[in-house]
Amino acid sequence: MRGTEVGHMRGFGLGVWFVLTVVGAVVATGVTPKARAQQNQAPAPADLRVMPVQGSVYMIVGAGGNIALQIGDEGVLLVDTGLAQNADKVVDAIRKLTDKPIRYIINTHVHADHTGGNEAIGTLGSRVAGGNVGAGAGVGAGIIAHENVLNRMSAPTGEQAAAPFSAWPTDTYFTKKKELHVNGEAIIIEHQPAAHTDGDSFVHFRKSDVVSAGDIFVTTTFPILDAQRAGGINGIVAALNRLIDITIPKEKQEAGTYVIPGHGRLCDEADVVEYRDMVTIVRDRIEDLVKKGRTLAQVKAARPTIDYDGRYGATTGFWTTEMFIDAVYNDLSKKK
Amino acid sequence: METKMIRLTILGGLAATAIAAAAIVVSAPVSAQGPAPAGGFYDLSGEYAPRYHEDQPERIPGPEIADYLGLPISEAARVHGDSWNASILTLPEHQCKPHPADYAPRGPANLRIWKELDTASQRLIAFHTHISWQAPERTIWMDGRPHPPEYAAHTWQGFSTGRFEGDILTVTTTHLKLGWIRRNGIPRSDLATLTEHYYRHGDVLTLVSIIDDPVYLTEPFIRTTNWVADPRQQIAPYPCDAVVEIDRPQGVVPHHLPGTNSFIPEFGTKHGIPIEATRGGAETQYPEYQLKLQSMPKPQK
Repeated sequence: MRGTEVGHMRGFGLGVWFVLTVVGAVVATGVTPKARAQQNQAPAPADLRVMPVQGSVYMIVGAGGNIALQIGDEGVLLVDTGLAQNADKVVDAIRKLTDKPIRYIINTHVHADHTGGNEAIGTLGSRVAGGNVGAGAGVGAGIIAHENVLNRMSAPTGEQAAAPFSAWPTDTYFTKKKELHVNGEAIIIEHQPAAHTDGDSFVHFRKSDVVSAGDIFVTTTFPILDAQRAGGINGIVAALNRLIDITIPKEKQEAGTYVIPGHGRLCDEADVVEYRDMVTIVRDRIEDLVKKGRTLAQVKAARPTIDYDGRYGATTGFWTTEMFIDAVYNDLSKKK
Repeated sequence: METKMIRLTILGGLAATAIAAAAIVVSAPVSAQGPAPAGGFYDLSGEYAPRYHEDQPERIPGPEIADYLGLPISEAARVHGDSWNASILTLPEHQCKPHPADYAPRGPANLRIWKELDTASQRLIAFHTHISWQAPERTIWMDGRPHPPEYAAHTWQGFSTGRFEGDILTVTTTHLKLGWIRRNGIPRSDLATLTEHYYRHGDVLTLVSIIDDPVYLTEPFIRTTNWVADPRQQIAPYPCDAVVEIDRPQGVVPHHLPGTNSFIPEFGTKHGIPIEATRGGAETQYPEYQLKLQSMPKPQK
């Protein structure tokens, strides 16, 4: 046993990749390694990649924002649904893994690269319902989110909503957290106030030991502050610290709890720590300059992100370094 | 004394560069990697005791604050180093980090290498390594498997594949977590690639390591490290439990704001090395830099 399986895993600490392709699949489903390997080799639809993470949880990459996928006896639970135009591909990817019904969708936040598939995918699902829930309640998957997600997607009667009715959350929460127990595991949905947006949630699969973090944590860019939806730098820092509280490394600050970021590669606590350190240091630098009365132009000239630009910065695209500095400066300059 | 120190540093780097260059000449592209031969490979298995004759002040006592001399670092790395506060290592979430694959051989590095063979075919599947400090273990796949996709997790030891070039084991490692080039705040990004060449001369095992980092290096960074075979070596376990060393509010990340790190001139002042030289950069790796050093003002103690 030392050799091929355990030895490889320890040797790589690593073996995340090996865990993903073999061991994780066995833990997840009880299927033999050979059978699971055959399933995993089934190609995902074009542009989408599906990777077993740990326990019952998979990660779908390429549909927009990252999607977490939990599969069990009760059916399928999705965290986020990607862009609308990729919904069919997401469904195809799910169907290569299971024919169980899609029971729940949980949205980490409102943006279209995470909620765009709600309508198409949700409509295909069926929530477990009956009794006094009412006839027809079992049609479509349940869509769960913080109530600010519903507020952002919907509109009062007579006004144009930002998203179609069938894409809206069907089940919202306004408290600190909401709890579920699906597919034999406890799931905690925890609100993170005023971070990426005002409706962010972490989704923690307790048994699988995986957290889907939404866009509060990404590995591809500086954090994105959606100021129009009440996002803020201190909310992001607080949420990242909360994520570090939730995650527990297995050994030597590695593995244990895995974190699916909103965009980018699979991570663990150590990766979150480095990102938290970066965000905190940049926040502290800009805050110091704001307190000294520096203008935005002066702050930019001071290059407060210089040591991280090569990793997270951009001069083009939807979220540039300049936009990040603008957002942090404006946020920290607000009259309290 | 100070001049000698600088000269030793530069000569050490030069020697490393020369040896590495010799190794690089025989390198084949990564894409050419295939399964290891069924037999006839040079078996590097064994217990090895480290030798610290290269870069001992940096490797054992530890580097001094703001000593970037001889490092081909970018401005980003320099700023990161200037901001670095050693107190960050008191945070529980930082305490149990092992040295990553590229730095582990530089620390207290009693080394074990063992091979893994396929039982039926007796083909070489992998080499494994274990190093004493924090007990990091690596697997170097020798069976021709590809590296994981970009969205796979990164680890402290990364994902390594190897091939033999004669008796030299050449290893390519990707998927590293953010690490460090010098443990005084000079970082190595998670986008870096590590190339290593292991070879033996009698009982001496030499490692030539080359780091390519598009974020924090302007040129490949080359180092050599040596061990001597030590069959009686016993490496002790190295558990690690994080504790709260300093009671702080949650979320405090110790660092120096720009322009506030008063320790930056200490290294140069202490050793009489021009401060400009201590700031590092590719230029400071090369022997010609000694001529430039002579014309630079030395700091007053």
